[in-house]
Amino acid sequence: MAETTQLTRHIESYVDSSSTPTHQVASLDAIGVLIKTNALTLEALVRELDMYLTSTDAVIRSRGILLLAEVLTRIQSKPLNSETIHSLVGFFKEKMVDWKAVRGAILGCLALIRRKSVVGMVTGSDAKAIARSFLQNLQVQSLGQYDRKICFELLDYLLEHHADTVASLEEDLIFGTCEAIDLEKDPECLMFAFHIVDSLARLYPDPSGPLASFARDLFDILAPYFPIHFTHPTSGDTHVQRDDLSRTLMSAFSSTPLFEPFVIPLLLEKLSSSLQSAKIDSLKYLRVCSSKYGAERIAKYAGDIWSALKDTLYTYLGEPAFSSTLASIDGIDFPKDEIVIEALSLLQQLVVQNSGQLVTLIVDDEDVNFIINTIASYEMYDTISVQEKKKLHAIGRILYITAKTSIPSCNALFQSLFLRMMDNLGFSVSNVDGLQSGGIFDSQRVKFGFLYICIELLAGCRELVILSEEKQGTYCTILHSFSNVLFNAFGSVLAVSADRCPFDPDIYIGVKGLQILAMFHLDVFPIPKSTFENILKKFMSIIIDDFNKTVLWNATLKALFHIGSFVQNISESEKAMSYRSFVVDKTMELLSLHDIALPFSLKVEALSDIGMTGMKNMLTILQGLEGTVFANLSEACRNLTSSEIAVQLLECYSCKLLPWVNENGGAEEFVVQFAVEIWSQAGNSMDSNAPSEEKGLLDAMMKAMKVSVGCCSVESQNVIIQKAYSMLSTHTSFQLNDVERLPLTFGKYDISPRDEGILLLFTSVIIALRPKTHIPNIRGLLHLFILTLLRGVVPVAQALGSMFNKLISKSSVVEKSGELTLEEALDVIFNTKIVFSCNNMLQRCNGSSNGSEMALTDLCLSITNDRSLQTNAICGLSWIGKGLLLRGHEKIKDITMIFIECLISDTKISLPLIEGSHENNEEQKWDPLARKCAAEAFHVLMSDAEVCLNKKFHATIRPLYKQRFFSSMMPIFQQLISRSDSSLSRCLLLRAFAHVMSDTPLIVILNEAKKLIPILLDCLSMLTKDIQDKDILYGLLLVLSGMLTEKNGQEAVIENAHIIINCLIKLVDYPHKTLVRETAIQCLVALSELPHARIYPLRTQVLRALPKCLDDTKRSVRHEAVKCRQAWASIASSRSIRF
Amino acid sequence: MVSGLINANPIIYEKKQRQQRSTQSLQGDEYTVEPIDQLEDPEHPYSLEELKVITEEAVEVNDQNSYVRVTFTPTVKHCSMAPIIGLCLRVKLLRSLPSRYKVDIRVAPGSHATEATVNKQLNDKERVAAALENPNLVVMVDECLAPSYD
Repeated sequence: MAETTQLTRHIESYVDSSSTPTHQVASLDAIGVLIKTNALTLEALVRELDMYLTSTDAVIRSRGILLLAEVLTRIQSKPLNSETIHSLVGFFKEKMVDWKAVRGAILGCLALIRRKSVVGMVTGSDAKAIARSFLQNLQVQSLGQYDRKICFELLDYLLEHHADTVASLEEDLIFGTCEAIDLEKDPECLMFAFHIVDSLARLYPDPSGPLASFARDLFDILAPYFPIHFTHPTSGDTHVQRDDLSRTLMSAFSSTPLFEPFVIPLLLEKLSSSLQSAKIDSLKYLRVCSSKYGAERIAKYAGDIWSALKDTLYTYLGEPAFSSTLASIDGIDFPKDEIVIEALSLLQQLVVQNSGQLVTLIVDDEDVNFIINTIASYEMYDTISVQEKKKLHAIGRILYITAKTSIPSCNALFQSLFLRMMDNLGFSVSNVDGLQSGGIFDSQRVKFGFLYICIELLAGCRELVILSEEKQGTYCTILHSFSNVLFNAFGSVLAVSADRCPFDPDIYIGVKGLQILAMFHLDVFPIPKSTFENILKKFMSIIIDDFNKTVLWNATLKALFHIGSFVQNISESEKAMSYRSFVVDKTMELLSLHDIALPFSLKVEALSDIGMTGMKNMLTILQGLEGTVFANLSEACRNLTSSEIAVQLLECYSCKLLPWVNENGGAEEFVVQFAVEIWSQAGNSMDSNAPSEEKGLLDAMMKAMKVSVGCCSVESQNVIIQKAYSMLSTHTSFQLNDVERLPLTFGKYDISPRDEGILLLFTSVIIALRPKTHIPNIRGLLHLFILTLLRGVVPVAQALGSMFNKLISKSSVVEKSGELTLEEALDVIFNTKIVFSCNNMLQRCNGSSNGSEMALTDLCLSITNDRSLQTNAICGLSWIGKGLLLRGHEKIKDITMIFIECLISDTKISLPLIEGSHENNEEQKWDPLARKCAAEAFHVLMSDAEVCLNKKFHATIRPLYKQRFFSSMMPIFQQLISRSDSSLSRCLLLRAFAHVMSDTPLIVILNEAKKLIPILLDCLSMLTKDIQDKDILYGLLLVLSGMLTEKNGQEAVIENAHIIINCLIKLVDYPHKTLVRETAIQCLVALSELPHARIYPLRTQVLRALPKCLDDTKRSVRHEAVKCRQAWASIASSRSIRF
Repeated sequence: MVSGLINANPIIYEKKQRQQRSTQSLQGDEYTVEPIDQLEDPEHPYSLEELKVITEEAVEVNDQNSYVRVTFTPTVKHCSMAPIIGLCLRVKLLRSLPSRYKVDIRVAPGSHATEATVNKQLNDKERVAAALENPNLVVMVDECLAPSYD
């Protein structure tokens, strides 16, 4: 009984209109759960509800019925027997009469009718009964939005799933539907309404069926909605979008051919409207309707549609892109326009469907004939008037689409239009044979318009060949017989236009035409092989001779590239063979030909472009390149030009070819072989004694080496490093194997230029290695690097950094004999003593060492009289530090502490972080240059390096390392800066911190904005003093402007507005960098938006500072100044005339 | 006050494409044209350039002598907006140019009924200052200038 009382409570809480909606839903859910868990039967519920269902109080009755309906919705998956369902259907159906309880009734029917057959569904006769009751009793349009929606849902569901049974209602159903959807305005309801029409039409497809007499009425209801114009807010609770509605309406329009007499005239009429969306929709609807209604019904409108289409294209087709970039492979490039795209796809649909009729229309069209007869004979693009150009473009597009759509249409076009054009030009089929042999186009006869139309036709034809299965057609024969004529025509336009002032469209047309001709599939054989080869020859002759006509040359190279990639992709062996012999081999020959005028840089460009057409060609090109490079390398020391050639080729190899090979894969053996070969040659080419001339060559070799190694796998890298190591140990005076035994002695090696060259090449290998690659004799190399580092060879420092970044750490790897671990390497850096044999090189040093023997790290902190030694040590340590920082190693802390120690060495604050290093520093005289170098070290640490330690060279990079470093350094710097008492060390600290700040992601800076702003402003004013600091000054200013514009930073900015503005005012006339001035003024504009109370006192100050910017030498600065002045002057309600 | 528009249906011209200026060169011409061509007409929502009230040719700049002369052409002869247009031009230049410039603003000869009066009014320092004390006028001027600061 407890359950019953509980149930009563739930029911009462639902029926009671005063309880909150959440309560009501909760009690509904509770009842649903009771039934689902079989704690309550449906019968018991109905019995319990009895009083509510039959009450005379309309409110209680409607709530009661709604309760039952809602419960039914919740137990959709619970099986019910057919008897129950039948009686429930009977009940709800009856209740449709009761307009006060209608929502419950509809919802109940909906819940019942949606049941799946496995859990007991509504029978056919019941469904029909529901439909009948619906049609008899419901006045849908007089209901509210939600009720209408569920009404439509119910009707839609009935039509969709009980079509057979409700179909017998015939006229009642159609009439009722019309009545229900008439004048509906809600988008969600409309979605259903349109779909209902769609279903209804499918229900009665018979043209003489019951729908026939209602078609007009039904369409009259639908017609006003077209085109859908949607003013509903896009972000509301409704999720219906304009496009959804439009699509549903389209399927309603096209649902039955019975609508055809009404739809097509409407669409044609709307097509002429000026509303953009109406046009697009009309075209879209026309396309879909034509395909649904069928060719026969559309036939009578074909003429009208055709002329409407033509007009649309005339108006909306933009100017084609005759640019020399030649981006697209086929056809002529037009700017994308939705209307044009829709219009052309409608045309395509019509050509597919009403092929014969459309082709006749096109062929007989007066505009088309006008074009063919008149415009086609214009000689140059520029002589055509604007109106005629538009027509030409539109007709061209139309022909293109028609040709590419189907074989019959293509045949027809060639037979009539193409032959007619040829006739006009004086080539009839009869005399074509004569031309075939020796026919050379008279330059007078070159007709731009004709060639233009030809290109569109050919492009369409080419696509047809690709798409269609059946390969033969009349057009093929025609094309075949005219291919030579076309070749000559396109070729002569190139010759002529190149003689005249080179004008882009003409060149474009010539090159494009030949390109399209060359890119026909060979198995169709419209273009004979000889023509193909002639085209290639023609192009190659342009490449070799016409290099001073830049536009033509570039276009030709691009065309060759397209042809090459096409031939490769299709794998047409015969064509590929000709391409290889006529283009690839020829290009290779160019390299060795010295007597032609073609500049070498262009040769290289041609080489790389041709190579990128396919892997096979690439390998040929690479082989040739290799030969030339090494031939020139061996000459390089004697001959300056061959050194230059080698540099250019190496540049091309590392910047263009290698990335391509890397992307496409498969040529690794070559890359390895090339790298190894460079090593073999290295010994010879380094012989020269003039390193200054060699610099460029060495740089190019290093770059090529670095990039090659970078894109190799571990195994290949092992091969290269072995080769490199053997060269390093045999061809130089470095005694790599003695290192273990001998102490590290500075000054042991006198590095000859040759040794240095080999060493540098070796470092570029080391920099690009993968972490897993095995480096031989690491310890020896480490010592060698440390010693050469102190000589000031920067790449060595970078190589060391890379090594430290990639060495395996002891903890993570199982003990592997002989392999040096990171910890051991660090030990070398921090503890191995370097012996300085030279006397009094060092005056004094920190710690316990006796001055002639110290570790690298101590060297940084010692006082020497050799300033370069110390700066080199610091520079080296900074790269090592960068390697450690990237992998997130904790030793970076010690290294940064060494730098900081350098920075503050003349102040008396002892740094607690480094133990016992300060005893007697009062009379130390530090070299300021070395200390500045320590500040720059922070730049090395934080900035992204191009040359090493990046993703390309396989660096181990820990996520968010910059953020971590910043957060650990900030408190230290903050403390030190505030406590430092000497101006120099304060300056240096600020400089170092400026580097850290400008390279840290803004988001971290913003969190600390409050603390940072004072320091940042100090940095800014300190950095204004030296011209050399302009870049770091700009970087820092960008950080500040970031703070000003971001929400997070603004609070801190408001507090410090006064000092910020003072600082910025000093920067508005910073003489050394325009961007600094511009940004400073922009920052001031941003500041003018702060709360007035805070900035008003500063207004006069800012406005006084600005006039000098108005007279700035740079326009952009003046422009910003005017804006800024306006912004600040209008803060006050009355602005004085002075401002 | 006049009720209704003085020139209800002005001819609108296309904006002249200005040649791309390289930021390096400092030509005298560089100063004035850009600041004033965006000013809005007091009557219509078009810029003065679109109405051909001012043109690039009608602005004369001498950077060496710090002198600017602007000649503008009201759309109709009896345009009572001419002084306002002139005032807008003056205020805009006042705010945009360094103070070393002397600015001369004139109505194109023969384009306005009371040419002499307007010219005198526009180039009288005292009267310009007085006009800018008038809050209504300042609001109007600011409205006209607003688009030029975007």
